Amino acid sequence: MKKIFKYTLYDLIRSRWTLFYLGFFLLLTIVLLAFSGDVSKVIISLMNVVLILCPLIATMFGVMYAYNSREFTELLLAQPIPRTSIFWGQYFGLGVSLSLSILIGIGGPFLFYGLFASSEIWNFFILIVIGVLLSLIFSGLAFLIALRNENRIKGFGLAILTWLFFAVIYDGLMLLLMVIFREYPLEPLALSLSLFNPIDLSRILILLKLDISALMGYTGAVFQKFLGTGLGISIALFVLLGWVGLPAFAIRQVAARKDF
Amino acid sequence: MTFRIILLLAISFWLQQKATAEVIEVCPTCPVTTIRQGIELAQTGDEVRVFPGTYREGTILVNKSITLKGIDWPVIDGEDQYEILTILASGVTVEGFKLINAGKSTLRDMSAIRVDHQRHFSICDNIIENAQFGIYLAYGFDGIVENNRLESNAKEEISSGNGVHCWYAKRIFIAHNTIKRHRDGIYLEFTDDSRILDNWSENNLRYGLHFMFSNRDAYSYNTFMNNGAGVAVMFSKGIEMTHNLFEHNWGRSSYALLLKEIYDAKLENNQFLSNTIGILMEGATRIEYQHNLFKSNGWAIQMTGGCIDNHFESNAFISNALDMVVSSNVNNNTFDGNYWSEYTGYDLDRDGYGDVPHRPVKLFSYITSQTPETIVLLRSFFVDLLNFSEKVSPVLTPANVTDQKPLIQMPIL
Repeated sequence: MKKIFKYTLYDLIRSRWTLFYLGFFLLLTIVLLAFSGDVSKVIISLMNVVLILCPLIATMFGVMYAYNSREFTELLLAQPIPRTSIFWGQYFGLGVSLSLSILIGIGGPFLFYGLFASSEIWNFFILIVIGVLLSLIFSGLAFLIALRNENRIKGFGLAILTWLFFAVIYDGLMLLLMVIFREYPLEPLALSLSLFNPIDLSRILILLKLDISALMGYTGAVFQKFLGTGLGISIALFVLLGWVGLPAFAIRQVAARKDF
Repeated sequence: MTFRIILLLAISFWLQQKATAEVIEVCPTCPVTTIRQGIELAQTGDEVRVFPGTYREGTILVNKSITLKGIDWPVIDGEDQYEILTILASGVTVEGFKLINAGKSTLRDMSAIRVDHQRHFSICDNIIENAQFGIYLAYGFDGIVENNRLESNAKEEISSGNGVHCWYAKRIFIAHNTIKRHRDGIYLEFTDDSRILDNWSENNLRYGLHFMFSNRDAYSYNTFMNNGAGVAVMFSKGIEMTHNLFEHNWGRSSYALLLKEIYDAKLENNQFLSNTIGILMEGATRIEYQHNLFKSNGWAIQMTGGCIDNHFESNAFISNALDMVVSSNVNNNTFDGNYWSEYTGYDLDRDGYGDVPHRPVKLFSYITSQTPETIVLLRSFFVDLLNFSEKVSPVLTPANVTDQKPLIQMPIL
């Protein structure tokens, strides 16, 4: 698995698209830092980008890579290597290359700007961790979809739909539910619903860490009470890690049974 | 004629006597060593001059019209059990003292200086530290409270008191005071026709300034910072609020200015910077808002039920998370010629006003006013989409909250 991981990683790091992705983050962060100068504000701006773009790019990248490397995969399958090693190697290679782009693209300019001297280091840390986790989650989901669908068009469609569901549709449904049941105490519902969507969970985690959480009133206080504690943070991170593990596990199951 | 001359002579003689009012000096090494003794020796119009030292005399009753003057801030210590100065005569001046450790009580309101049913008092240039109530004016009329520095260490609302507390007072002038860490900085109840000018109210537990049942008062050029909430104006009429600075009143249940059941007020040239809520209105009626600046607040304005005839003109709303939240049952409020940093219209005829009306209530702020819990979706992509689509074709947001001629350029405030 280590070798396949290494080859995938090298392959992806040299790819034009990864460099483009890295360049995009570098440019965006540098421009934001240069124009605003307020680390806290830059983190809020980057939050929106990370929450929407990281999952989208990871999804597209994941599907594309899975379909494009099909011949290489078939070649590997002919060798005496366990299937888990092949697919996990590829999946983690993909996830790590995306994560590196985020780490360097966002982290580099911040370091250069004097992050360690500012009080926002924890917020920045959470932003980076969330970016990495979201990339892993959505590239895993995309990989899984590609693995289950031979038809490329269908695979692409499903992957985009998955992203759309978590990024947009889920929030819409949540809003609808809350408006319909507004006579009832909604905090437990909101809290549990947001645990089931990695994007929502990440957004709330970041919001609570920022000054803006005061806007969220009583509901925010309930969330703060849950997510502000060590236990709450660990539960949230555990759930996010679960979201990473779920597709990874499914990839193994599907790959083991799949007929190539 | 002779009678008149005699009268004039008598008056001038009396005035002369007044002018040569005696000065009684009090210091630890003087013949008079206590302030009580000094007051006892004084006649109406005299001055009791107190030199540096620490005086522990329990409660000092000032029952003559005299001037109490401290030189270089002599300390009067209340030893955590006494009210320090109780003023029981009209025309008393208290100036230049440092009053520390006034008593605290949960049964009665203990204060450093109390004025009880008197007129024409003047309390200036004092330092009051660690008092429950700082200056307590009960039925005080035509008085001046100026240039005092009050600092306490209030920890919870129930056991703490207000910096300057006015109860059934009239025509009080409160100016240039600094008030920190009390319950309310300045509190006015049943207090009419007073002016509050250039005070600095900071880190108070509840409000920086608090009006209850007080009419025709004015406050200007004050700064309210980091208080539990900035200013609360409740059940009052004809309050004038101009040139005040409300900054960083930030927290889950915090706001810069609360207007509750108030009528005929005027708000001009105030600045609201970085508050959770700029103005929270409930039953505010006939109020003029002009030339105010709302910048970087969570909500600039929250209008809840029963707000009628509020007129907003030439205000600037810049980078607030949400400019307005309006509950559905408010009407006859107008918005004219305000500047909205969120306005995306154009000005083809170049008259300085946008050609497209601006609707300051976003769909999301409308939804949160109906279902507050939906605030968890703040800053999500879906909400941005929702706001955008509502902006393009408004359906749900209240049609009567519209600025027909939004300013294109930010006005100079």
